[in-house]
Amino acid sequence: MKAVELAKDVYSVGVIDWNIRDFHGYSTERGSSYNAYLIVDEKVVLIDTVKKEFTDKMLENISSIIDPKRIDIVISNHTEMDHSGGLPRVMHYIGQDKPVYCSKMGFKNLSEHFPAGLNLKEVSNGEEMNIGKRTLTFLETRMLHWPDSMFTYDQTDKILFSSDAFGQHYAGFETFDDKVGDEIMHHAKKYYANILLLYAPLILKLIEKVQEMGLDIKMICPDHGIIWRSDPAKIINAYVEWSKQEGHKKAIVVYDTMWHSTEIMAENIAEGIASQGVEARPIHIRSSDRSDIMTEALNAKAIVFGSPTLNNTIFPTVADVLTYMKGLKPKNKIGAAFGSYGWSGEAVAEIRGHLENLGMEIVDPGLRIHYVPDDQGRAEAYAFGQKIGKAVIDAL
Amino acid sequence: MDKYVCSVCGYVYDPANGDPDNGIEPGTSFADLPNDWVCPVCGAAKDEFEKQE
Repeated sequence: MKAVELAKDVYSVGVIDWNIRDFHGYSTERGSSYNAYLIVDEKVVLIDTVKKEFTDKMLENISSIIDPKRIDIVISNHTEMDHSGGLPRVMHYIGQDKPVYCSKMGFKNLSEHFPAGLNLKEVSNGEEMNIGKRTLTFLETRMLHWPDSMFTYDQTDKILFSSDAFGQHYAGFETFDDKVGDEIMHHAKKYYANILLLYAPLILKLIEKVQEMGLDIKMICPDHGIIWRSDPAKIINAYVEWSKQEGHKKAIVVYDTMWHSTEIMAENIAEGIASQGVEARPIHIRSSDRSDIMTEALNAKAIVFGSPTLNNTIFPTVADVLTYMKGLKPKNKIGAAFGSYGWSGEAVAEIRGHLENLGMEIVDPGLRIHYVPDDQGRAEAYAFGQKIGKAVIDAL
Repeated sequence: MDKYVCSVCGYVYDPANGDPDNGIEPGTSFADLPNDWVCPVCGAAKDEFEKQE
């Protein structure tokens, strides 16, 4: 792949990973990319690298512009190995003594990833670096989404190299948002819901800070997916909206089932919710992926969980999604639990405990149905859904 | 003295250890930390810490 020029002497030199479908448990149905950027000024600067096994491809891309050995400075915006894995090979190739600039926490974290020794140089928050015609500014963005994360801002071209923030798992030759169209927002939303949601309060603070600084941003270059050039404010505003977690008139009914009983309940509950004018969708866990469920959960006001009781506890796939959701800490949600059972029926109460720990407003102690829902059971499930639907309307 | 947990990243402030890298002596209670002290891992402000139960 050839490098793509983003502005005069600024290039995208990263690689596309067409085949990845499971990114540490996040389903990447469109593959992904590991983006890296090259600025050719009086100093030649490389921003981030790629996953280790793609390093030679990145070096080839750089070679389409300049001999990689002419790189003077490497900047590591993020320690995670899909962006730093190529560092040892790159430094070995261009010169082990050349500096790798990173944040304070990047210094610590890169040292622990690559103990063999890189010439790490710590930069402080707000520090500037002149590279010729351009000046770069470093902005610490701790926990967005690792302690080491930082942004690099090119003051001259007004380009923000934003590390994982504003990224999307999307593989394609389009390079820019305007060439993909609206579909890209879905991938950006999925990325946010699965990688950044738990840091929503920090994101709101950071965006406020960036706005106070009055940074003029013409282009945002994230470490995954396409580059935002047509309207960078669109993705920034979307991050603000997602971070507020106000919730839409929408509920999801997430469940698993053994002999279709909890499934029958789920469908009747969803229908009951929809009868109140609230968008509702039953989601069978084993027909979906936890990362897609999280994406649906992002703007849902209510999340309803259903599980059969298996061996006196929650069905394992339901526990998987609950654990995943616990980590991502969605806020301002309404919750409820339901499920079919044979004899002991612990699952519903256990789920309720999980939802309470997530700070959800529990609208009903939970609905349990013995074995198979009959007409009365279906009517109870429908009424349970109506109650949830009403609670959503009242909350908005 | 009570330990406090950062609600952002999970770091635990233990008064017995203090935060020597940032000039906080061992034996400093959470309440006695300066108001501009931030989580040494993630930079969260003091008000984002919760008492460890």
